[in-house]
Amino acid sequence: MKTDVIQLFENPYIALGVTIAVIMAYLSVNAIMLIWLERKLSARIQRRIGPQRGPFGLMQQIFDMGKLLSKELLTPEHANKLLYVIAPILVFAPVVALSSLFPITSTYIFHDFNIAIVLILAISGINVIGIFLAGWGSNNKYALLGAVRSVAQNISYEIPLILSVIPIVMITRTMSLYDITLAQETYPFILVQPIALIIFIISATAETNRAPFDIPEAESELVAGFHTEYSGMRFGLFFFAEYSNMIFACALATVLFLGGWRGPFLPDAAWFFIKVYALIVLMMWFRWTFPRLRFDQLMKFAWVVLVPLSLINLLITTLILKIV
Amino acid sequence: MNSRFEVEQDPKSRDTYYLNMGPQHPSTHGVMRIKLHLNGERIISAEPIIGYGHRAHEKMAENRDYLQFLPNPSRVDYLGGMIYNIGYCQAVERAMDIEVPERAEYIRILCNELNRISSHLLWLGTFLMDLGAFTPFLYAFDDREKILDILDRITGSRLTYCYARFGGVILDIDDVFLDNVSNFCTYFVERLKEYEKLVIGNVIFRERTIGVGIFAPDLAQKYAITGPCLRAMGHENDVRKDEPYGIYDRFDFDVPTQTEGDCFARTLVRMEEMRQSIRIIEQAVNDMPDGLFIAARVPRRIRPPEGDYYFCVESPRGSFGMYIASDGSDIPFRLKLRTPSFSHISAMPAVMAGTMLADAVAILGSIDIVVPEIDR
Repeated sequence: MKTDVIQLFENPYIALGVTIAVIMAYLSVNAIMLIWLERKLSARIQRRIGPQRGPFGLMQQIFDMGKLLSKELLTPEHANKLLYVIAPILVFAPVVALSSLFPITSTYIFHDFNIAIVLILAISGINVIGIFLAGWGSNNKYALLGAVRSVAQNISYEIPLILSVIPIVMITRTMSLYDITLAQETYPFILVQPIALIIFIISATAETNRAPFDIPEAESELVAGFHTEYSGMRFGLFFFAEYSNMIFACALATVLFLGGWRGPFLPDAAWFFIKVYALIVLMMWFRWTFPRLRFDQLMKFAWVVLVPLSLINLLITTLILKIV
Repeated sequence: MNSRFEVEQDPKSRDTYYLNMGPQHPSTHGVMRIKLHLNGERIISAEPIIGYGHRAHEKMAENRDYLQFLPNPSRVDYLGGMIYNIGYCQAVERAMDIEVPERAEYIRILCNELNRISSHLLWLGTFLMDLGAFTPFLYAFDDREKILDILDRITGSRLTYCYARFGGVILDIDDVFLDNVSNFCTYFVERLKEYEKLVIGNVIFRERTIGVGIFAPDLAQKYAITGPCLRAMGHENDVRKDEPYGIYDRFDFDVPTQTEGDCFARTLVRMEEMRQSIRIIEQAVNDMPDGLFIAARVPRRIRPPEGDYYFCVESPRGSFGMYIASDGSDIPFRLKLRTPSFSHISAMPAVMAGTMLADAVAILGSIDIVVPEIDR
């Protein structure tokens, strides 16, 4: 039934190169389009018109990218040069690496890995290190504060995130994303695990540092948080990483809870992307509606509400699975 | 819920650090600096450092005659410009015993209250932006724009008004203006309900504001807190009611109060104040008399008799007072401006100590400071 794209090539390095090229191209275009979508959507929410350059304002992003690319890459005087330079790369890299695991169609997949979920949960944590290095290396108090907040937040929200994924693994008895999608043949898991989905979406919003959990870059408190000192394309990478992380989190939610590529009439890939972008629009809607939480309230929410709730959900799932 | 607690004060500790919030910072709403001594995210002490936008308005008053100073008051507080402008005229009129025609008084009330709403709207937007909600900011600015358009039509300016003159106002209003105002009133009452749904009912907003930035009861006397901040502490204090100036005693309106004295109470008070302003405006539109818009005989030379005069008006931020010391000449010997934001920012060290960094931003937003008004 399914074909690993990587196995189509004789030489594994060429396969890897092609995979990375395709994913990078997709993520870049995707980030640009998502920035456009966010601008237009927020404009609609706020009774504005939004960007106007080109048809539907689409050229605005191209010009912005041109501006970012042509700007000088400044390094602050007392910054730790090495950390400062590798931080944006570390933030962006995990998403690129992990995007190859998603089964976008039922026939082709870049690589079907039998413990994909473990890999995803492990490697997606790396971007926290990137954010922390950005804050530490910048030698700026605002950046450091943002980085400290970010680390605490990401570690706290990773736990409910993982706890909300475990019930799916328990039901399907597999960790491959392809097999999880296959297991949702009769119904998507949103019907049996609605609480897990809600916890997952909330935690994923926090993991991607989106409002109302955007305290690491809270512009009214910390100016720009961990990327205060970044300019040019280094800042652009953080920007890209935010949107790539969004699509990554939403793709994971789509596979785990919404049945991945499954859907009537339309081709597989179309259904997959419809679901992903619907979730992204939801996350954008959050951002333009809610105020920001305070740091301690954010922590309290994770440890007092989300973790117990996901544990209870896990317990109930276990009991039901045992009985049935 | 109370986020205040005692913190050890050890300025030499290696665990603490200083953070300069400002002079350029998104949340200081102008050029002001707050020196924060922090332990992690917890504020040990906060010290507002002001004066970056000092323009010597008080000294300017000593160098020009009363009419020449007329454009200045609205630049002191650019958000409540109309109220300051009219207030200054009223102060001089009180000193000179100039009679103001009925119609002019009503026009002044109308403009005052429209200006109060526009100032509160801007506060609402920026306060919520400080809390991280960007959308209400644009809603508030959209509605504020409508007020600016209405005032623009009769005064010719949108922000720093110079509409009042000694003895009345410079230009008469027409029926179109009155129609615009009453249309705005019906529109805005509905909008206020939307704001309350969007803001007051929001769980995160409540979390961020309830119990945050409580003004201790003794602060009011220590730092001369006035206006909405004082009313949020449970004191029914409003210059318009207590010592009515102009013709405020003819209008029927309530002074909203809350008892908690936190950011949430200040929000509720200001929201209700906008509603009361609408009530005043509606009454003023209905009762608008015909007649002169400026007194027929205003003394050519403004020379208040020798002596000291104090006059205060209710600005959107609190009690704005003008102390005029006149030596009988046409130039004030001294003109002291008592501005509410200055009093409120003075209370910040006491209010901010022990709160979180994010609370400092919320508190600063909730007291509605205007930096040029602090610096003058």
